[in-house]
Amino acid sequence: MHIMSIPSALIWAVWLLPLGAFALISPLIRPFPGKAEPASFISIGAVGISFALSLWILASVLQAPDRQIILHGADWLSISGGPVFNFGLLIDPLSAVMLSVVTSVSLMVQVYSRAYMHSDPSYLRYFALISLFTAAMLGLIVSSNLLSTFAFWELVGLSSYLLIGFWFHRPSAVAAAKKAFLVTRIGDVGFLAALLVLYTKTGTLDITGLNSPGVLSAISGGVLTWAALGLFLGAMGKSGQFPLHVWLPDAMEGPTPVSALIHAATMVAAGVFLVARMYPLFQAAPHVLTVVAIVGAFSAVFAATMGLVMKDIKRVLAYSTISQLGLMMLGIATGGVWVGIFYLFNHAFFKSLLFLGAGSVNHATGTFDLREMGGLRKKIPWTFAFFVLAAVSLSGIWPLAGFFSKEGVLAAALDKQPVLFGFALLTTFLTAFYIFRVVFLVFFGDYRGSHGPHESSRIMLVPMGLLAVPAVASGWLNANGGFEHFLGDGATHGFWSGFIGALAHPLALFSLLAALLGVFSAYTLYIKRWISPDKVKWFLRSPYAIFTRKYGMDELYENIIARNALYRGVFQAADWTDRVVIGGASAGIASLTTGAGRVLRRFQTGQIQLYAVAAVLGMTAIVLIALVRG
Amino acid sequence: MTAGLNNYLVLSAVLFSIGLYGALSRKNAVVVLMCVEIMLNAANLSLVAFSRFVTPVALSGQTVAIFSITAAAAEVAVGLAVVIALYRQRGTVDVNDINLLKW
Repeated sequence: MHIMSIPSALIWAVWLLPLGAFALISPLIRPFPGKAEPASFISIGAVGISFALSLWILASVLQAPDRQIILHGADWLSISGGPVFNFGLLIDPLSAVMLSVVTSVSLMVQVYSRAYMHSDPSYLRYFALISLFTAAMLGLIVSSNLLSTFAFWELVGLSSYLLIGFWFHRPSAVAAAKKAFLVTRIGDVGFLAALLVLYTKTGTLDITGLNSPGVLSAISGGVLTWAALGLFLGAMGKSGQFPLHVWLPDAMEGPTPVSALIHAATMVAAGVFLVARMYPLFQAAPHVLTVVAIVGAFSAVFAATMGLVMKDIKRVLAYSTISQLGLMMLGIATGGVWVGIFYLFNHAFFKSLLFLGAGSVNHATGTFDLREMGGLRKKIPWTFAFFVLAAVSLSGIWPLAGFFSKEGVLAAALDKQPVLFGFALLTTFLTAFYIFRVVFLVFFGDYRGSHGPHESSRIMLVPMGLLAVPAVASGWLNANGGFEHFLGDGATHGFWSGFIGALAHPLALFSLLAALLGVFSAYTLYIKRWISPDKVKWFLRSPYAIFTRKYGMDELYENIIARNALYRGVFQAADWTDRVVIGGASAGIASLTTGAGRVLRRFQTGQIQLYAVAAVLGMTAIVLIALVRG
Repeated sequence: MTAGLNNYLVLSAVLFSIGLYGALSRKNAVVVLMCVEIMLNAANLSLVAFSRFVTPVALSGQTVAIFSITAAAAEVAVGLAVVIALYRQRGTVDVNDINLLKW
């Protein structure tokens, strides 16, 4: 089957359309209050077309020579006699896959938002921002130059800030938005530093140029290591990896569909994408790849433990995201681009479905608190069905999507970093446990809330249903090795041999056993209550306290680093320098002047005759000098 | 013995010095004004003397002296008016007490 190759103008349109929607909604639609509906149609229409174009791009890339389409675009920034930065587009299998993920999830989230945000007075602003968010992420994906990638990277940060703080009348939302912005900014410093280092050493920021073996071998080892570390620091901030993960759980303050978008397709995916995009560079710096693997594996377990004890459904999902992103990092570091991106691909669908499900649950019960739910299985059956499918997929249970990507990560980790494999396996167990804890607490038992629950409208259920399809089936794309072949260089094989054969692998039994053990533990505790959760809580009270207090990371940052080290230490020192040294110098000059004035003004006696004497003496002196000097 | 230019100039210098001394040292504002007049007339005297001995035909020095006397008359009128106003305001014409223009 031969598909017509996509015209380059339409490749540009993929990210310009949502940007246009933003430009149209924010200044043009806004002046007409009460006409909120068109905003959502424009926004959804734009991202819908982008989604169609992404699929076309995906098909075109397969046929393109070297599976690459590069559009040179225009010189974006040129300094006379100096560097020229080209703003072009780079379409390869990686960006094509990412484009489809982002546009499809964004499309579903926006359709869902039409109902979820229906009564919100800031409906217009919501759709304007979500379009901007999508456009920024799409631009980041297709950008062919690291400098423009960085610009889009910051734009993603900005729009996530605006969306997390969407309900800016709530102090907690404002604080969360600020936190997200500041914490990711720490990572961005690393990214920027890496850009500077790379540019100074190579004279280019072109992605294909930087990734070429010739350029990589020209940079010396130490420099390359630092550059890769800087890039990874940026990725850590965006993808919420330890120790820059603190902003992500707080980002729950935004509207739930936004969380779905942030946690699945945009924002956090950007970090993983960056590592995947610059993978040849990371490969040339193997120590950094080890760091990536360790940070990823540690974040995976670390966040999963906190997910075990959270009482807010969205917070459980947030820690789950950090944990899953850790596994993606581990996957990229040990198995290469396709392992991590395959995980990201599957995760995007089931995680956005979980968030939309949480939103639907909130719609039904008016709360996110797990203690006020229960027994919703019968009340909201569709939400229940979709949520459980996504939960099973997240747990990595055969034959749902999550299983296949998790296998990839586990196999790669076992091959390269056996210790970290243990972390990943533990994460599998923890993941299954915490997500089924949520499922059992929300949907089983007796209803503990007061609000009369009701099923959400069809506008919310249809996107969830559509996302449920890839949440179940997206993993099958690699059953015949197709995804691996597309992104990497693996060979394809029969579909059924991969589909069933994955089970026969001993590794699969291990991971399935871990996942099922997690489900079973949750079942024991929260359904059968053979052991009371309170007893377990008491028995494990010290780890429980550590988990609920989030390992004290917030306290560490706020009290020790921000308040003591920075505020009392650095800032006070800077303040002291400003007050005493700089302020003292200027005050000293000022008092010197006033002092001189105080002495000199004594000569102004007001005695007119004294002035006349001075004038006469002066005059005499001038005459004398004139006479003497002839 | 006829008086020469030098005699006139010495007289002028003496008059000027007397006037200057008075202007700088006397406390009474009226006397200070009178001393200023003496200094002006000393200058006038030297102008006329120079004119008489250096360019006898042209009367330029004398002309300037007439202008100077006119200006001095006006000046004295204003000066005395100021002194009277001061006296009415402050009850004194002692220049030591008129010292508002200080720090």
